[in-house]
Amino acid sequence: MSQSERYTAAAYLVVFVAVLVYVVIIGSKLQRLQREVEQLVELVRENRGDG
Amino acid sequence: MLAVRLPVLATACAGLFALATGLAFFYAPTDADQGLSQRIFYFHVPLALTSYACLGWGAWKALRYLRTRDERSDLESYVAIHQGVIFGALTLLTGSIWARISWGVWWSWNEDQLVLFLVLFLFYCAYFMLRFSVEAGAARANMCAVYALFGAVLIPVSFLAIRLSKRFIHPVVFNSHGPQMTGAQFLTFCVCLVAMLTLFATLYAIELAGKRLDVSLRELRELLST
Repeated sequence: MSQSERYTAAAYLVVFVAVLVYVVIIGSKLQRLQREVEQLVELVRENRGDG
Repeated sequence: MLAVRLPVLATACAGLFALATGLAFFYAPTDADQGLSQRIFYFHVPLALTSYACLGWGAWKALRYLRTRDERSDLESYVAIHQGVIFGALTLLTGSIWARISWGVWWSWNEDQLVLFLVLFLFYCAYFMLRFSVEAGAARANMCAVYALFGAVLIPVSFLAIRLSKRFIHPVVFNSHGPQMTGAQFLTFCVCLVAMLTLFATLYAIELAGKRLDVSLRELRELLST
């Protein structure tokens, strides 16, 4: 692979990897939100149990 | 509405990116001067233009917040600016790689257009320092909105710097005579630009949905704990 080909591939790869990393980060945040929802559902159940 | 729109956006984005990459590598002719490395143009310039669009959209939402005091506009402005900074970082990275091949250096402080884009990028990076140094509320939203609007002035300055610079080492592809490229190259560029803008729309919708959900969950937790 020539230097030009390597650098061109690197430029495209940077963009794809950045988008992939962003999607993974958003995915992990959504998982955290899902866990929070489950905790809140549990909290509501406890409150109803106390009430 | 979002449940329907997001899968459509994501599918369109994936399809456009596949098409854009295919066109860039297999359809667009090879540049006579720069050879294969010129193909970085098909991502680099759309990234820059999309970054401008994101920051402009963020400034517009900031203006909407100042007019309506609707917290949703503040959140939309923040998400758009966040996207703008990400696309700006990618512009700088791909530009550096292209500069390394074309000019032999990763960066040149003598080039006004490079420095002005970096200034714009750093200005909006500082937006997050401002935002997270203040407690959430109307005061923070006001400060961030004003800051975002000030930054909007830098967008046309950065865009025009490429044309106003006397050195002309950074290529000027679009001038008063139209795009200085073949039809195939222009078509490839347009598809890549649409793909980038669709990517922005998709990521913006995803992040905004997540942030709104986060805000609702915090409110719900506060209500349940009282």
